[in-house]
Order: sequence, then C-alpha cells, then structure tokens
Amino acid sequence: MNIFQKSMLTVGAAFATTAPAIAQEAASMDERVNAAFAKATGPFVNFIFAPIPGTSFPWIVMWLVIAATIFTLYFAFVQLKYFGHAISLVKGDYSDPNDAGEVSHFQALATALSGTVGLGNIAGVAVAVGIGGPGATFWMILAGLLGMASKFTECTLGVKYRNEYEDGTVSGGPMYYISKGFKERNLPGGGFLAALFSVFCILGALGGGNMFQANQAHAQISGIVGDYPGWITGIIFAIVVFMVIVGGVKSIARVTEKVVPFMGVLYVAAALIIILMNFDKIGWAFGQIFAGAFTGLGVAGGMVGALIQGFKRAAFSNEAGVGSAAIAHSAVRTKEPITEGFVSLLEPFIDTVVICTMTALVITISGQLMIDQATGNYIVENGSIATVGGTSGVALTSAAFASAFSWFPYILAIAVILFAFSTMISWSYYGLKAWTYLFGEGQTSELIFKVIFCIFIVIGAAASLGPVIDFSDAAIFAMAVVNITGLYFLMSVVKQELHSYRTRLQSGEIKKFHN
Amino acid sequence: MSAKLVVGLDGQGSGDRALAYAKRLAKLIGSCDLIIVYVIEWSPYSFQTAEENAQRHKRREEEIATAKKRIMEPALASLKEDGFEARGIVRHGDVADTLNAICVEERAEQLVVSRSSEGGFAKRIFGSSTANLVMSASVPVTVVG
Repeated sequence: MNIFQKSMLTVGAAFATTAPAIAQEAASMDERVNAAFAKATGPFVNFIFAPIPGTSFPWIVMWLVIAATIFTLYFAFVQLKYFGHAISLVKGDYSDPNDAGEVSHFQALATALSGTVGLGNIAGVAVAVGIGGPGATFWMILAGLLGMASKFTECTLGVKYRNEYEDGTVSGGPMYYISKGFKERNLPGGGFLAALFSVFCILGALGGGNMFQANQAHAQISGIVGDYPGWITGIIFAIVVFMVIVGGVKSIARVTEKVVPFMGVLYVAAALIIILMNFDKIGWAFGQIFAGAFTGLGVAGGMVGALIQGFKRAAFSNEAGVGSAAIAHSAVRTKEPITEGFVSLLEPFIDTVVICTMTALVITISGQLMIDQATGNYIVENGSIATVGGTSGVALTSAAFASAFSWFPYILAIAVILFAFSTMISWSYYGLKAWTYLFGEGQTSELIFKVIFCIFIVIGAAASLGPVIDFSDAAIFAMAVVNITGLYFLMSVVKQELHSYRTRLQSGEIKKFHN
Repeated sequence: MSAKLVVGLDGQGSGDRALAYAKRLAKLIGSCDLIIVYVIEWSPYSFQTAEENAQRHKRREEEIATAKKRIMEPALASLKEDGFEARGIVRHGDVADTLNAICVEERAEQLVVSRSSEGGFAKRIFGSSTANLVMSASVPVTVVG
C-alpha cells in the first residue's frame, strides 16, 4: 500500500467516524473557522491595505500602478510595439523544428493562463463592479494594459535566471532571479528578498490560489443545490486536489487542463452573445464605464473608489507584477529569454482586457446594478451598489448571465468549479516551488506543503468571503512588494536583452522558421 | 548519386511491413540509402500543467531514448545485417507533417509507409496520418497494406 492509499484510508476512516457529530455543529464550526481566521490574518491585511497618509488610497495599489507605468515607459511601450511579434511567437513562427517536443511558447502561455483565468475574471470583476461601479472597468482595462509591461519584465527574468538541473527539469521564478540576478550584479540583499518572496508566495498560494477558489466554488455550488456547510465542499475539493498533487492521479489534471480552455471559450462566447443581443445598450454601457471612471456615478469613494477597485481586481486577476507567472513561464524551451517575455505580455491582455471586460459589460448591460432613476446614480447600500437579488461576487455574475440565459448558472457553476480546481493545481505548484526554495527539495518536505495546501482548502470553503478575499489580496500583493523591488534592480538586464534581440531581429539574424 | 528512400515506422507490425517492402524496393533500385523515421506524436498546442512543463525536457529525452532503443536500433541492426546503408531519425511532431518535412529535407525519392493502424471513430473524424500524408506529401508515397 503506497503513501497515497494509506492517507486516503486514514482520511476516509476519520471522516466516517466523525461525520455525524460534525454535521450537528456544522454551522457553528464554519463560524468558528471564520472568526479565528479573520483574527489571525487581520494585522497582515491591515498593513498591506493601509492607506497613503491623508488619503483613502491604499499604498499597495499605488505601488502596482507606478511599477506598471515605469516598466511601460522604460521599455518604450513594449506591449504595443511587440504585440504582433508575441502572436507570431505563440503561433510557432520562430520555433526551431529541432526543438519539437519541448515546451512551446503556446503551452507556457496556456499553462500560465490556466492559473490566472478563473474566479478573478468571474467573481473578482463582480466584486469590482459591485463596489466601484461600471467605472471600475475602465481602470481595470488600463491596469491590464499597463500590467502587460510588468509581466514582460518578470517573465523574461524568469527564463533568464531559471535553474536547469542535470536531470533536465527546470525551476524558475522571482526567488531565482532575485537571488541569482542580485549576486551577478553584486547587489546586497538578494538572498533575503528571495526568501521573503518565497514566504509571501506560499501565503499567496494558500490565499488567492486556494482559499478564495474554494470559497467561491462553494458559494456557487450552494447557490444551486441549496445552503449547506462549506467545510463539506472543502473536504471534497481537498480530497480531489490531494489525489492529483500527492497521489499523482494525472488523469484528473489532464481532463481539467483540456476542459478549462473549452469553458473559457464558452464563457467568452456566452458573454459576446449577451452583449450582441443587447447591442442597443453597448453604447450606454461604455458611457457608464467612462462616466463612472471619472465621477464614480455615486459609488462609495467616487472616482477614487472606482479606481481602487479596478486596479485591485485587475492585479488580482492577471497577477502582473506578482511574480507567479514567472514561475509558470520559466519552463519554456527557448534560447532567447526575452521571447517568453513577449509571449507573457499577452496574458494580462487576454485575462483582463478581454475576459474581465466581457464580464463587466454583461453585469452592466444586464441591469443587475440598481440605479436611482431620479439622479442617474447607483444606489449604494453598506458600501456596495444594491443589486436586483442582493447578490455579490460570483452570484452577481451568475445572475447577470441568467438574465439572458436562464440555464447559464449551471454552466457557470461547472466553469467556476473547474476554474477553481485548475487555479488550485497551478498555485499548488507555485507554492511548492517557493516551499522547496526555502526548505529544499525532497519527498517529505514536498508532502508537508501539499498536506498544508489541502487543509487550507477546507478552511477557505468554510470561512466567509470577506476575510478570505482580504487575506487572499493581501498575500498576493505582498508578493508584488518583493517582486517589483527585485524588478527595479534587474530591469536594466531586460533592457539589454531587448536591445540585443531587436538588433538581431532587424538584421535578419533571428529568422522565422515557418511563415 | 544514390537514391534515398524514407520509411515511416509506427512501432507496430504494420511498420515492419513497410520496412520489408522498402528493402525489396531498395534492392530493385540498386544504389539506395534508407532513412528510417519514427515520429513521436506531439503537438505544441496541447495543454499541460506547470509541473508537466517543468519536467518536459526530461520526458522528451526519455521518449527519444526509448524510441531509439525499442524501435530504431532493432530496425537499423536488421537493415545492416541485410547489407543496406541506413540511418534513423526520431522526432516529435505531427506524424504526417514531420515525415513530409524529412522527405523534403533529405531530398528523398519516395516515402514508404504502412496502412494506418488507427480505426473507428477517431479515424472517421480526424482521418488517419497515412491518409493525411497521401493528400499532402511533397514526394511520391507508397502505402503498404
């Protein structure tokens, strides 16, 4: 009997003997988990979201925006200049046929996207629009466009400084480029920053990459089958994730990896159909987005409130500057690290500029957000815009889609569960890489992290959305604090790479293999 | 200058039939080099997890080593025994596209493949590699039944 079978039997036996007793205390257990979790994470959350003195603007949001703007200017709008080239690279035009069988640019992009496209695009956008109004969409798109430059910088470095081991496997990400890049440039503190990033990456993996996913998957399921304790969803998810990441049951991951892109396409197609069905409202919806972006249209905090929500949710959704994508992209086979940077800049575009905007447009057009007919402003209750059914988060998106297709919530529920699952699998890998960077590679060390990861699924499903989303955001943004610090010191390396690549591309030294 | 024949193997009995026919053909031609090819079916557009990506290079090397050991080396040994000049190529990719690309690279006179071993539903929907090859090849193709 292998370790996986033993563990499964132990979990099963424990569950069978304790289930009836636990069921009686189900509700109170959820409450206890929630209270303990909120108390434990409060100080960390408060620090990350502390406002800039004298304003209501969280310093962390400013940090991300400034970084994305600096990278955009420093690389002279690389996201616009090399957008077409990025698509050529993904199509394989520049891929050496002798490298067939290695990880392609398309695969690296698809893997990274499966970690980012998910609940951030469905639930996160609903949170942004529900609090910040349609105007948040404008800032979200802007953050997505600027974030493309951050992603370009971190993913180039991710490939350049990755570790390639003798057995042919690779490990990469901010912890590697910060430690190796700083050492190469004789800068102090690289080891400390890399370790700090790893700690935050583990927290991010447990928060946004895990608890938030489990929480919203439970919200979606209970919305359809009726309310029941979250920890039950948590245990089921934990068992399935355990089977994949510990038991190595690749078939589950493989099915998910194939179904998730299909669900993504289906989601965008449904959104497009709804938008086209209401083509007479498209102009009005964009009007609301632009007017709301600069006036707030009555939302809490006005324009700044819309801006904060837009930037926060965009960063949470596309993870530009966070450093997670650099871990995913570093496995690609290329002789030119910068090519993966170009490819990665498509990620915030697809995730935020396309998919998040679709969600926001559907919510706006569906009329779920209640407007005061007298003033034309949105009706705000308890800091959020009042919605038709009192919904928020993923339930708001679900209601918006249901206004056009009554059956869509069922499809969305499946999509949310699959997105949640694939994001968890991706983040379990990111967290594991950070964990092994800190504690070394080895079966026991890896197993400890994987078990902790599964326990947090149960906590995430049981806790209520507020504390979970706060902690998830805080942990992900804490990664960005360290990662962007590293990027500032290493961005000149990327500039040298860009200059060298551009010169060789223009001289014809770098050629297309396929036309 | 000797003629070049490219032979597509599939690691099954049908590939052996293609090889046997290529030997007969080579004898009839006289001065002839045989290039035997095994293509590991792979698409750059498939979806993989981050962990699979991290291990991909290692897996690729293992796949090539296994194909060389189990398919290529026995085939080359049998050809050498029979007195033929032969070499082997193992590559990843779409079977039809890759075989055709190798024929073009090597300036082969002809490509010899066996009838497809695929069948049923998949063949009806996507067509077989052999059928695709016959339709798109840049060199004459002989399909051995």
